[in-house]
Amino acid sequence: MKHGKYPFILSFLALPVGLYAWLVILPFAQAFQISLTDWSGSSNSFDYIGFDNYANLFKDERLVLPALRHTGIILVVLPLVTIVLGLFFAFMLNLGGRVRQGRIEGVRGARFHKVVYFFPQVLSVAIIGILWKQVYAPENFGGLITGALTAVGLPAPVNGFLADTRFVLASVIGVLVWSAVGFYLVFFSSAMASIPRDLYEAAVIDGAGRGAMFFRITLPLLWDSVQTAWIYLSIVALDVFVLIYMMTPERGGPNAASEVVGGVIWKYAFNHGEQAFASALGVVLFFAALSLAVVSLRFGRREQIEF
Amino acid sequence: MATDTAPAAEGTAEAAPARTPQRAPRPEGNVLNVFSHGFLWLWALMVIIPVAWIVMSSFKTTREIASDPLGLPSAPHWANYVNAWTNGNIGGYFLNTAQVLVFSVTGTMLLGAMAAYVLARYEFPGNRVIYFGFAAGMMFPVFLALFPLFKTLQNVALLNTYTGLVIVYIAYSLPFTVFFLTAFFRTLPTGVAEAAVVDGAGHYRLFFQVMLPMAKPGLVAITIFNVIGQWNQFLLPLVLLGRNPEDAMISQGLANLALRQGYEGDSGALFAGTVLAMVPIFIAYVLFQRQIQAGLTAGAIK
Repeated sequence: MKHGKYPFILSFLALPVGLYAWLVILPFAQAFQISLTDWSGSSNSFDYIGFDNYANLFKDERLVLPALRHTGIILVVLPLVTIVLGLFFAFMLNLGGRVRQGRIEGVRGARFHKVVYFFPQVLSVAIIGILWKQVYAPENFGGLITGALTAVGLPAPVNGFLADTRFVLASVIGVLVWSAVGFYLVFFSSAMASIPRDLYEAAVIDGAGRGAMFFRITLPLLWDSVQTAWIYLSIVALDVFVLIYMMTPERGGPNAASEVVGGVIWKYAFNHGEQAFASALGVVLFFAALSLAVVSLRFGRREQIEF
Repeated sequence: MATDTAPAAEGTAEAAPARTPQRAPRPEGNVLNVFSHGFLWLWALMVIIPVAWIVMSSFKTTREIASDPLGLPSAPHWANYVNAWTNGNIGGYFLNTAQVLVFSVTGTMLLGAMAAYVLARYEFPGNRVIYFGFAAGMMFPVFLALFPLFKTLQNVALLNTYTGLVIVYIAYSLPFTVFFLTAFFRTLPTGVAEAAVVDGAGHYRLFFQVMLPMAKPGLVAITIFNVIGQWNQFLLPLVLLGRNPEDAMISQGLANLALRQGYEGDSGALFAGTVLAMVPIFIAYVLFQRQIQAGLTAGAIK
């Protein structure tokens, strides 16, 4: 069996590693290199200009600074709201039902809820974008929310939610949460299922309420899952762009009110022909993602509990 | 939150007779309990209503959609579906996407399984480096690579070709596939493999005839993950397949339809197209929802 081990390893790794290096690693490395030049992207000539692009990033008040602010908001709100809702729903579905003979049950219809909540996860962003753009549309275009608000006599934004600088970012974050909650519900649910039931039943005997059960048993034992969810959602938050591209006016508007980092990279690279500047912003995004992962892995560690 | 609901729930538990086979449904607990149950249903409605509403709107005339968004269609307006299929070319986009996915998913699974197997079961210098190289790829923001990737494909004349898209899909699906399958191959028992070696199986036969069949549950989960991920992919085809609108993938085609609807104003056809794009996903989801949920959350649960 020792015979031919290395030729075998090589024959199995050559293609995947080669393809990965050529189409993933190399383009990323090139982007780092490009960020130090003044390359427009279309010409063949460029000069190295050091870190000028990086310095200029933070002077761009038209696009980059609003984008950093909005991505920052999404980075805080999306994981927080999604995880809170996901944990709440998972807890309800698993343990929100009645206590019968000392055994706790999930709510009735738990399976139905899981199937429904998860559905947005399998829809493409294009479909979700079209769907919600119409839901948020102005009344004279047949928007669902504006129409419903007017029907009950409440004021609705005249141009719809997406063309209003006050609502556009919150509307987009709402859709992001809407499509993510089901995934984390199922994710937390399967983590909760591995917590032994006797812990809860012992707690019931001790007279613990649902709140105490959640904060004293479920949450501490789920800490690792919450941390994983946090990293995943942070990466999703940093990569938000397609939904904005599909839904908002001017793909980040109105008036830069929904610009995000991904969209600004897109605009500079493909619309403005400032490839080097776009790459510099991409590198900043890269290090943001990297440090988030490192920080949450470094400081989020807790004692492992075996059961 | 669910706080404070327990005392009431306990009360009902104590009051309950030990064995009552069919109890009549009765109000569970207090106001807060009602509130949290109400919230569960509210969220379910928030998922169902927009989807059902778009389905309903797809049967309306464009004028009805704008003037009476909440009402039922006066008569089912099938012309929207005809428009979406013929002018909107939804059928063509389906075929394009299916054509690409047959090769890209097969390629992803084959290459991913090969790399993961070697990384999981063989020791050699560089093993860890390659493994972490793949795993790190899960975190990279894809925007950063888009333009260099565009240039790379242009240089080898694979830009705007399905071949180019297929190999890019494979390359960008490898990090998660390898990461997940490596963990999976590590959990497989070594006994069977050793028995096969004693029987004289070589490295290749061991992989294809023993290990792959044993890894089937993991392979199924990650195949589902990749099919959904690649089917819904948006950015990569947008950049790498931009030239000929006829060749678009389904997500891209829908986005084009949405853009055109902006100035042609045929929202009926747009919604019909959206529903058409949703139907196969919906059917697959209803049939396989257990596997899909397991497949999509598999990586996170490990």
